Amino acid sequence: MPHEFTDGWTTAISAIALLIGLTGVFLYFWGMAASGRKGRYRRWPGRRPLCWSSGIFFAWLPLSPFFLEAAHHDFRFHMTGHLLLGMAAPMLMAAGAPVKLLLRSLPVNKARKVAGVIRKPVFSFYRHPVTASVLNIGGLWILYTTPLFGLMHHHPLLFLLVHAHLFLAGYLFTVSVLYFDPAPNGHSPLFRTIVFIPSLAAHGILSKLLYAYPPSGVSLEQARQGAMIMYYGGDLIDLAIIVVLFHGWYKKPGYRRTKSRFGAKKPVSL
Amino acid sequence: MSGTADAQKGAVIIQERLPEPENPKFRHRSLNLWAGILFGLGFVAFIDETVFHQILHWHKFYDRSSTAAGLVSDGLFHAFSWFATVGGLYLVADLRRKKAFWHRMFWGGKLLGGGAFQLYDGTIQHKLMRIHQIRYEVDIVPYDIIWNGLAIVMIAFGLILIRSAKKDLSGRKVIVNAS
Repeated sequence: MPHEFTDGWTTAISAIALLIGLTGVFLYFWGMAASGRKGRYRRWPGRRPLCWSSGIFFAWLPLSPFFLEAAHHDFRFHMTGHLLLGMAAPMLMAAGAPVKLLLRSLPVNKARKVAGVIRKPVFSFYRHPVTASVLNIGGLWILYTTPLFGLMHHHPLLFLLVHAHLFLAGYLFTVSVLYFDPAPNGHSPLFRTIVFIPSLAAHGILSKLLYAYPPSGVSLEQARQGAMIMYYGGDLIDLAIIVVLFHGWYKKPGYRRTKSRFGAKKPVSL
Repeated sequence: MSGTADAQKGAVIIQERLPEPENPKFRHRSLNLWAGILFGLGFVAFIDETVFHQILHWHKFYDRSSTAAGLVSDGLFHAFSWFATVGGLYLVADLRRKKAFWHRMFWGGKLLGGGAFQLYDGTIQHKLMRIHQIRYEVDIVPYDIIWNGLAIVMIAFGLILIRSAKKDLSGRKVIVNAS
């Protein structure tokens, strides 16, 4: 192993991740308590803190000391960590609806300010499905098809940066497709579906390329197994995203019922 | 219906669009067809993945002779098949709650979509783009014939079902017209 990536760095990275994670869990439960005290909202569903906390756990797991050590030598561990940090954790954390909770727990005037901020064009730009897809899948292509993958294992700060990007881009991608939280300037389920298909395809194609052309310093056998973990693991999480996306369409009242192709009766307004 | 007894009103009705039959499934005929096509495509892709890749291990995950276009085409169809399966089923759920689900149209679409995808996979993807073959180290010709023959049979049965469903619809139209 290169001398720069010492045990000290491994411990430091794990500790930073653990600290951020615990803060996230603490803030979430604090927000639940604060919004519960107001007494004018519906009860916050119990599955949401469960999703949020398990999401944070899955985000921390690949950054835990044991996992970091293993992922350093073994591409299969690296890829499992990539699935957890970049896909599973963001999906679970987004299902916790943290922005909704924030808006509920803040005093009205501050909540109004936050609502104004998330409506700003810059957020709409980053939360646009195309931007989020390019940042997410484009980042992966850069990581695995350039020397970045090898460099990352020699420079701890680069390692931290790449993993932060992996998580943040994964989260951005999830919230651009699934609207657990309020989504100003949102897009129709059909549009999100159309953007999602090529990015999902690019993920699958990249894993097939990794199968045939391993990144620098990875043996062919490990690359093949890692690529299949990426391909099928990615499929599994994508399936969950697709089900949630279409379920949202199905549950939305009045969707597709308002218009009939053959000019049925107009809805009666009372 | 109400106007046909009256000769004056009857003349007006002929110029206008004929009233659709009451049954909501006729109003959603194209939705029924598309639900079938999507689900059929997704279902065939799913069988391909589970049976030929995972259980039999006939197909290879990646075949070095695959062209770049083959990789892209395979990736896109693989991604689309998940959406098609889940989306097709949600369309069925939506049609059922509207009491507009039409078995014959859905099955026609399902066979058509599944057969079309299998034919595309068997000819363009396997042969032209060479993504992978059905099986390795055997004489491939009988496999290809059965694979693509089955696809053509599925397409033919799908089209027959859709035609018979449409006849059903037009038959009813005639009755409405005659009354």
